[in-house]
Amino acid sequence: MERRRFLCPVATEPYIVATGEWRAQRPVTDPKKCVKCATCWLYCPTQSIRHYHTHLGADLQYCKGCGICANECPRHAITMVLEEED
Amino acid sequence: MVVDGNKAAALGAVLSRPIMVAAYPITPQTPLVEYLSQYISDGLLDADLVEVESEHSALSVLHGACLSGARVFTGTSGQGLAFMYEPYIRTASLRLPIVMVIATRDGISPQCVWGGQQDAMGVRDGGWIQIYVEDNQEILDSIIMAYRIGEDPEVLLPVNVCYDGFYLSHMSEAIRIPDQELVDRFLPPYRSTHVRLDPEIPMAVDPLTPGLLFTQYRHGHLEAHEKAKAVIDRVDGEFESIFGRSYGGLIENYRMEDAEIALVAMGSPCGTGKVSVDRAREKGIKVGLVKIRSLRPFPVERLSDSLKKVKAIGVIDKNVCFGWGTGILFVELGSALRGLSIPVLDFIGGLGGSDITFDHFDLAIHKTLMAAEKGAFERVHWFGID
Repeated sequence: MERRRFLCPVATEPYIVATGEWRAQRPVTDPKKCVKCATCWLYCPTQSIRHYHTHLGADLQYCKGCGICANECPRHAITMVLEEED
Repeated sequence: MVVDGNKAAALGAVLSRPIMVAAYPITPQTPLVEYLSQYISDGLLDADLVEVESEHSALSVLHGACLSGARVFTGTSGQGLAFMYEPYIRTASLRLPIVMVIATRDGISPQCVWGGQQDAMGVRDGGWIQIYVEDNQEILDSIIMAYRIGEDPEVLLPVNVCYDGFYLSHMSEAIRIPDQELVDRFLPPYRSTHVRLDPEIPMAVDPLTPGLLFTQYRHGHLEAHEKAKAVIDRVDGEFESIFGRSYGGLIENYRMEDAEIALVAMGSPCGTGKVSVDRAREKGIKVGLVKIRSLRPFPVERLSDSLKKVKAIGVIDKNVCFGWGTGILFVELGSALRGLSIPVLDFIGGLGGSDITFDHFDLAIHKTLMAAEKGAFERVHWFGID
């Protein structure tokens, strides 16, 4: 569908800003440790936590890599991994 | 009818039939809001008056009203305009054709409530159209024209009508009040088409805008300013055909046909300037005056055309341009007249409520004439200091 254009900055549909591109580190969840308690989901400031089959983890299109989830996880199931330069 | 400038502005608003007015009611506000409040309570204006707690809120309230399709009005001055800076910029980016008068004052500091143009000229790059007027009749007429200009589908921009604090805002002179029927014919109701709040179509207003999209909005905004030049001139002509008064649109040329030197001024000093031109003409000096009405958009083409034949120009600046050592008009005019190698002199005066007198204009004419004849001149002269 063609995006509706306005003369001025208003929006009737999401315009995706890929905030994940700003990330320096990404959170990686260990499915063996994750018990899906959703503490990370509760704390994530950008609502980027998704429910995967084996664990809860970040949607990397939006996750800015702030590390709050890793800090708050009571099971220490999340580690922050440096993003490699392309 | 004999009215001061604030009352002329209030009457201009009444005739334009806004359905909402939001304004901060006390200092730094002028008595404008008292007049509007009275007109609403007397039933002369059918509008909601929102007496907000700050100028920041005044303009923000009107954003909502204008986005929902309403014609709205407000006014401010000096410190109030400074407090409004954030929503001021948003009004222009959202392309809301709000009309706001500014009773121009010289500033926030040194603490001053008297006349000067520094407050309004300080926000000249905020994206609005800015019209500066010479007398109280022009205040009223320009407000009616401002809605036509701002609401034009080619333009869709907010418009400031700027009138000099105290010299116009608090001084009385006779004006003609146009018939409401004629104003209604000239200015039909506002129909917003480019953006409209609608509960059926939820809308995010001014969300985070990434670079490329941001650049597109800016490009469109600048294009609108360019298109506004022709609209301002055309609306002035249409206004004249109905009401019999013309202000020249972007600029007014006064005795410029055979002028050998020219003064360039803006706002209330133009009145004194025109009389000074008449007096100099009686002595045989071929001088004219160009009154800049539109600071934004800046009338580059028409100024170049008016000034292409003169031998020297004297600019009267009721403001200063920090970092240039001159006034703002001098800098702007210099950009407009690139390639024209004639003497351009700047005269700074009328700051903080001080007068620009006939003597000052006589001096400006004399120095400009000397520059034309001898070529040597000092670039900047401060009235009252030099």
